[in-house]
Amino acid sequence: MSILVDKNTIAITQGFTGNQGTFHSEQAIKYGTKLAGGVTPGKGGQEHLGLPVFNSVKDARKATNAVASMIYVPPRFAYDSIIEAIEAEIQVIVCITEGIPVMDMVKVKSVLADSNSVLIGPNCPGIITSGECKLGIMPGSIHQSGSVGIVSKSGTLTYEAVNQTTNVGLGQTTCVGIGGDPIQGMNFIDCLTLFEKDDATESIIMVGEIGGTAEEEAAEFIQSEITKPVVAYIAGQTAPKGKRMGHAGAVISGSSGTAKSKINALERSGVIVTPSPADMGQTLLELINE
Amino acid sequence: MHIHEYQAKEIFKNFGISVPKSCLVLSSDEVEKACKSLGGERWVVKTQVHSGARGKAGGVKLVGTIEEAKEITNQLIGSRLVTNQTDSQGLPVEKILIESPQSIDHEFYLSLLVDRQSNKVVVLASTEGGMDIESVAKNSPEKIIKIEINSQTGLTGIDCQNLGKKLNLSGSALNDFAVTVNSLYQIFIEKDASLIEINPLIKDSNDKIIALDAKIDFDDNALYRQEEILSLRDSSQEDERELEASLSQLNYISLDGNIGCMVNGAGLAMATMDLIQHFGGSPANFLDVGGGTTAERVSKAFELIQSGQNVKGILVNIFGGIVRCDLIAEGIIQACEKVGLNIPTVVRLEGTNADQGLKILKESSLNIEVESDLNLATQLIISKVS
Repeated sequence: MSILVDKNTIAITQGFTGNQGTFHSEQAIKYGTKLAGGVTPGKGGQEHLGLPVFNSVKDARKATNAVASMIYVPPRFAYDSIIEAIEAEIQVIVCITEGIPVMDMVKVKSVLADSNSVLIGPNCPGIITSGECKLGIMPGSIHQSGSVGIVSKSGTLTYEAVNQTTNVGLGQTTCVGIGGDPIQGMNFIDCLTLFEKDDATESIIMVGEIGGTAEEEAAEFIQSEITKPVVAYIAGQTAPKGKRMGHAGAVISGSSGTAKSKINALERSGVIVTPSPADMGQTLLELINE
Repeated sequence: MHIHEYQAKEIFKNFGISVPKSCLVLSSDEVEKACKSLGGERWVVKTQVHSGARGKAGGVKLVGTIEEAKEITNQLIGSRLVTNQTDSQGLPVEKILIESPQSIDHEFYLSLLVDRQSNKVVVLASTEGGMDIESVAKNSPEKIIKIEINSQTGLTGIDCQNLGKKLNLSGSALNDFAVTVNSLYQIFIEKDASLIEINPLIKDSNDKIIALDAKIDFDDNALYRQEEILSLRDSSQEDERELEASLSQLNYISLDGNIGCMVNGAGLAMATMDLIQHFGGSPANFLDVGGGTTAERVSKAFELIQSGQNVKGILVNIFGGIVRCDLIAEGIIQACEKVGLNIPTVVRLEGTNADQGLKILKESSLNIEVESDLNLATQLIISKVS
């Protein structure tokens, strides 16, 4: 069991024949993902990595029955690619692209709201169900099938959480990188809801960072809806006000979006927040064994 | 990207929004001509720097004589203005805006921004203009009116009228206000703004709506399609090292501490700073070298970090994923040989082939200590700089 994707998920890649699309499609196939082909407009009918190339997502879906797509196109084409995937009724859309204009995402969100698709990202490492399906840029080798669900705004901090849960022997069900942009597809609450329902997921690690109020909202949700143990880490306690810390969404505006406010809210909801990002796995193990 | 008030007001004018008559001057020699062309007997001298709270910092002055305007301009140009929104160095003053004062009947607050909760562009307005809006939000939140804009239908005339009515406007002032809000939304969409803020927006004694101040921030991600906006960029207002870093596609932000950090990934970079502070040290910067860590980028990063005056030691923290740690270790060695490493450095490598990477670094002739445990690596560098 897992959330959103598993060993039966048929996927395609948008931006299939580009550098990034090619490299990460190869890695996905190696990991065991059921990649059925990809889309590069104008190259339909060709073959790439031994798989068919299509001109549009609609064509690809018709021919392969794909239900998931990972997007590796440059920022200026990302809006069109996401909308195309929504219109082709792809269920799980994973957008890796960093640097999409925020107004494009405002428009995407309004189209998404009227659809049955979910969007992961943009500006994220993607989603992986350990040992089954990898749609994204995360290193597959550190993942191990197990019981922890991980949801995170940050790429490398997700890898830390994964590595630590692997090392302490817990392993992971599914890891979702929701990305660090101010407007994103799935948020913490969406993922927490799925983890709560998933029988294989026994505990949860949540990695947040400064900016916005998603962590505070998640804290309220955890208090009322989540019965599984949750360990969290929040990055950015030393970040200065008004500066964007790498991620477009990681900025403290005025007095809102601080790490302190997020940590306080999570602790009030009974979540264990680790002061060091190196201690997420061990802390979770101790919490479970209590 | 930030722009100056005078540039924002030019954009306002082009979209039909009223702003006070003004002249931009680059030296005190131009002040007399500016004041005379504006006419009247009083003028507002406004420092042009990329910061709010300029008034409190002495950057905005009302003057009654041309001599006084000259004197203040002379003092300000070439100085640095420190406000409660800048760092202790402040920002260099190169331009002054001289404006005609307005007869104020009422001051409002008005802003447009992307709201992360609703995922929409929102308009915020308040009758409590001219004040710090954060304290209004805290002390009397009922005085802030918020409307969410549906991106498919846009902002309607009725929305604008209703907002104006809630601010107790009527007659020609209401119409004037509605047109202003609508124009601001056009600017927001067409120019890919991330924030437009007018504080205060005033109703003058003739019932005219005028933007007394103007702030526009733009979405960096959209600058590729906003050439005109990009040409308004004033690099003098940006941190020199941050600017240099951005040219090498490194995310760098300088801080006040003495331990330089080089990390891959924005989240882990923030976490590394936090951890240094957690163990009693003080980070000198935020630096994300990105996913594909190459020797070239690492070299540039070492150069940047070591150019900081206060930096007494460096913590390199890399989680090798797709890029293997042994390759990263070789990149670090090449970079060190190229730029030279004169201060204590601790490298923490974790992830794919971490052991091999650490071994390569240990066996090199460089003065680098290695440690795979992040907590221990952080404590080690702190002990070396203190």
